[in-house]
Amino acid sequence: MYEMIRATGLVKRYKEVEALRGLDLAVPEGTVLALLGPNGAGKTTAVRVLATLLKPDGGSAQIAGVDVLADPEGVRSRIGLSGQYAAVDEHLTGYENLEMVGRLYGLGRARARTRARELLERFDLADAGDRPSKTYSGGMRRRLDLAGALVAEPPVLILDEPTTGLDPRSRQQMWDVIRELVASGATLLLTTQYLEEADRLADDIVVIDHGNAIARGTADELKAQTGGERIEIVLRDAADRETAQRVLERVAVGGVSVGDNGRALTAAVDRGASALLEVLRDFEEHRVEVLDVGLRRPTLDDVFLTLTGHATSATPGSPAATDDSPTPTEALR
Amino acid sequence: MSTMTRAATDGWVVAKRNLIKIKRVPEVLVFVLISPIMFVLLFAYVFGGAISPEGVDYKEFLVPGIFAQTVVFGATFTGAGLAEDMQKGIIDRFRSLPMSSSAVLVGRTTSDVVYNVLSVVIMSLTGLLVGWRIRDGVVDALLAFGLLLLFAYAISWVMAWVGLLVPSVEVINNASFIVIMPLTFVSNAFVPTESFGSVLRTVVEWNPVSTLTQAVRELFGNVPATAPPQEAWSMQHPALYTLLWVLLILVVFVPLSVRQYRLSTSK
Repeated sequence: MYEMIRATGLVKRYKEVEALRGLDLAVPEGTVLALLGPNGAGKTTAVRVLATLLKPDGGSAQIAGVDVLADPEGVRSRIGLSGQYAAVDEHLTGYENLEMVGRLYGLGRARARTRARELLERFDLADAGDRPSKTYSGGMRRRLDLAGALVAEPPVLILDEPTTGLDPRSRQQMWDVIRELVASGATLLLTTQYLEEADRLADDIVVIDHGNAIARGTADELKAQTGGERIEIVLRDAADRETAQRVLERVAVGGVSVGDNGRALTAAVDRGASALLEVLRDFEEHRVEVLDVGLRRPTLDDVFLTLTGHATSATPGSPAATDDSPTPTEALR
Repeated sequence: MSTMTRAATDGWVVAKRNLIKIKRVPEVLVFVLISPIMFVLLFAYVFGGAISPEGVDYKEFLVPGIFAQTVVFGATFTGAGLAEDMQKGIIDRFRSLPMSSSAVLVGRTTSDVVYNVLSVVIMSLTGLLVGWRIRDGVVDALLAFGLLLLFAYAISWVMAWVGLLVPSVEVINNASFIVIMPLTFVSNAFVPTESFGSVLRTVVEWNPVSTLTQAVRELFGNVPATAPPQEAWSMQHPALYTLLWVLLILVVFVPLSVRQYRLSTSK
């Protein structure tokens, strides 16, 4: 399949820090790639290079076959970018913002106007369209910003943390909009800190840390590597720890981590609820008493713990090792 | 579409955006427009008595000087506006669009012409109130206003470049003060050329703010009848010399500013 976004060996240095260290990306036409990583992993740097806002120190990138270094303007007419910080003019109304962007994309006056109204309607902003955008809520501004990226119906969309800082309802709305876009055939690169978001929206996921891809694959493949859901147990008595650990190890994928003075145990499992039932039955048999028990979806932190052996950390070179780190499994490269 | 047409249409779109801001937040204009009124009144009534060139109505001599000084100071507005723009998220949107890379600058300098027109109108009204008069007819007066606006436009591009270089609005306000104060005070804006010592007098005579003031005084008919003839070539042909400066500034600072904008784009 044709690769609409392609990056090879991207390198970007800021004085002492290497923000990107040879990052490779490929997004086939009509698919969604999620770049998943913590703050400071290099996600935004990668986005800015692909959107021609930043020149890389090494490597190359093409959008729809157009090289970002050789023909930045050609790239700009093929992408729509929506950033982490909504790039809207607060003094302009929603309508004026979109009309301006349309004109600057080179649409004629009439086309820019109808397109602005269409998008306001589509993004549920029609009623607020003639109010200055500084009166908008965070979610509305973010939708307006995304609408700005779609004005010229570009074949490639780049969304940098589209839902960071949004309340659950706005996040859900944003997800719906993004799904619609993908259904209409757009190629999309999105960055996120949320594994759940990547799982719901993306065909492929690249996990990025310190400017490098540390794992890639579909959501299912990643889950198979990192284990699925987590069983979390808090024991009433730390003396039961060994017994509990033995029970958990039978259902766990990978290790069992122990924290909170030996009373809290966490294990990744691949059979979810049935594994939990089995564990509880065994606990009853061995008279292990629990204060709290739960089953939760894996988070970005869990992925990182499994892949790198350390939790997410913004500072390069200083893995935030905690006393409940599990035995590091092999880092997947 | 050619690069020039693209720069013009995109520049106009950005200028419209800046003008909408003036409409929505008119407060920003109030203080900038009060300062010329204040200058006219201060100089006319505070210094008017002390500085009194012989046989000259000082108020009539002064008002064209205030015009020149104010349009030069007004350019700070361009630099500040641009410095503010560069810190805002909207600039990321502009940079990711296939628009002309000079549009943000063309737009800013164009919308500031509107601001300069407003400020010249307000100054003229204040001037008329304190006794300044246009004596040489409408055509000459319009030429005078045109020259003031042209010079203001050129200085706008200088401050645009400065606005892209410095990191914040506060810095640009202070930096421009250091440049503009000497430029406007070591000129004939407030006192006649003859009152300067020989070295300083040469500087004054070739300072474009002086020639702008001189040209405007001649066009409005505000040159005192008793004034001695001008010796320097620049002061003998003030309009032409000022226009040459306008050209020179534009030729140097338009490309320089556009380059600086591109540079800060790819940091």
